[in-house]
Amino acid sequence: MRPLTLTRLFLRCSVLAAILFVVVVVALKLGAVQVSLYGLGKDLISVLLHRTSSLSSDYGMIVLDIRLPRILLAIMVGASLSVAGASFQALLRNPLADPYVLGVSSGAALGAIVALILENRLNVSPEMAGLVTPLGAFAGAAVTIAVVYVLGRRDGEIDSTTLLLGGVITASFLSAVIMVLMTTLSGNNLRGAVFWLMGDLSTPQPRSLLYFLSFGFIAAAGAIYTTASDLNLLLAGEKEAMHLGVDVPRVRIVVYLAVSVLTGLAVSVSGLIGYVGLLVPHIMRLIFGSDHRMLLPAAALGGAIALVIADTLARTVTSPTDIPVGAMTAIAGAPLFIYLLRRRFA
Amino acid sequence: MSTAVRHPVPGEPPRANLDVRLSVEQVSYAYAPNPSQAPLFTLEAMSFQAKPGEVVAILGPNASGKSTLLKLISGALAPLSGRIFLNGFATHSLPVKTRAQRIALVQQESRLLFPSRAWEFVLQGRHPYRGGLRFETEEDVIIANNALAQVGATHLADRWMDKISGGEKQRVILARALAQQPLLLLLDEPTLHLDIGAQVDLLESLRRLAAQNRYTVAVVTHELNLAGEYADQVVLLQRGKCLRVGSPATVMQREILEQVFQAPLSVEMTASGRPRITLFSNT
Repeated sequence: MRPLTLTRLFLRCSVLAAILFVVVVVALKLGAVQVSLYGLGKDLISVLLHRTSSLSSDYGMIVLDIRLPRILLAIMVGASLSVAGASFQALLRNPLADPYVLGVSSGAALGAIVALILENRLNVSPEMAGLVTPLGAFAGAAVTIAVVYVLGRRDGEIDSTTLLLGGVITASFLSAVIMVLMTTLSGNNLRGAVFWLMGDLSTPQPRSLLYFLSFGFIAAAGAIYTTASDLNLLLAGEKEAMHLGVDVPRVRIVVYLAVSVLTGLAVSVSGLIGYVGLLVPHIMRLIFGSDHRMLLPAAALGGAIALVIADTLARTVTSPTDIPVGAMTAIAGAPLFIYLLRRRFA
Repeated sequence: MSTAVRHPVPGEPPRANLDVRLSVEQVSYAYAPNPSQAPLFTLEAMSFQAKPGEVVAILGPNASGKSTLLKLISGALAPLSGRIFLNGFATHSLPVKTRAQRIALVQQESRLLFPSRAWEFVLQGRHPYRGGLRFETEEDVIIANNALAQVGATHLADRWMDKISGGEKQRVILARALAQQPLLLLLDEPTLHLDIGAQVDLLESLRRLAAQNRYTVAVVTHELNLAGEYADQVVLLQRGKCLRVGSPATVMQREILEQVFQAPLSVEMTASGRPRITLFSNT
């Protein structure tokens, strides 16, 4: 009997954090413009010491103003999607539950689009404008989760198959509505929208939004983490969890709101990125087991690692053109998913 | 015996009769899919009591209300009328966490979404004693180990829950319930998927544990002979009505069992005063 201890939790997380660091350094180095590791190190140190004026590398601007923000964005989005998926799988008792599969991401996308349309009509003040899309995406995600949850219930308990079917149908319905809205676009707007819907991290985001995103992630993921032990018991079903002292309605509302925040934020900056929320939690579960006190931070770090890798590939494979990162995660994720599935039944 | 155990005033110790641990008082229940319709199922008012260390068997054919009665006792359902007291507290009004410290429920099937090791599963029984994020203490580990030892499953600790047999799984589930250190142990058809040897084993250990740890045990079962052999009290239900409550010898008599189960049978008393039932075929 070796229950999880704080020490072991920290040790394992530091290993993952170290891997993330290495991945980030490599990602900073790779790209259309090559940067030497030495120059990169010098630049990073001068930034950390707030000596931005003395950047040595000629390419410091590219690395720090273009690549670094994009990588930070990938970290936040990857961590958000993966934590959302891991907690959804436990709360909904479904190994396939993830915001993308169940249509929650599509709901967030629709919410963001509707918010954009309203924003143009209503002349929102410029300071508020950046927040309109994330709020719309959050609202869209929250409404979709509620709908899917109601669709997935049978006789007072979540029914796996019904939930999945309800989610898939909801996703396809929402995509159709998005398609209809997209027919009103043309030219560059259309290309931008298509990229966004396929999942895209190439659009530069204002720094304020990055802060907002980090704050939202910490609040939402922290809230989910307070229910980590409860989620362990929920794996055996809501009724059984209740008999072991879990306040099921409270856990449900916390996870429900937090997943809406995570999905809403991720979708509003990066569009629809699939497979990260589905696959990363499963891989982490294979490595670390299904104790959510360990799984949730592992999923956050793992999701960040996965998306930074995917986005680096997306911008280097066909360099200098970008592939949408959502296409990249799907191309890599689908075969990996099939492999895990076959392995399980083997 | 006077049954007037009052609902306790907050801040005042409950005036519980220490001889009585579980007291079911004029409890009834009705289930309707929506309030405007006539109820699909009703449980008529019934009363009985159980002491610490006693094993109560709840018997009856399918749809007689056995599981409903167990859910009422567990506090998961609120009675339509009447009250169920555990040491003087109404089970349904206890906070979820407190309830889980006092009542452990072993259900028919425990399906896990993702497999865990047996020891992890047993440690979950300590959840009601921990805050949301607190890590397990030495004490939790000792209690969980003891629980595994009490059901003779120490050797299963490191096995995966989905890789052990039905009987072994049932023991581990029972160990988790023991790790809750409850006052009241409830079991819903624990012998359902067990072979006859494992069934006797389980009931034997239940009676031993009840005596050792002073649990009150209530068990829903279809196994008349096991109930007759191991229970101190039998509650016999039929279509939502409590027909009889009492010792196995007084409740389990031929006429009433034949009428309830709609099958010809004979009842003989063993040397120890326990009823033994033999079923005949209908033809």
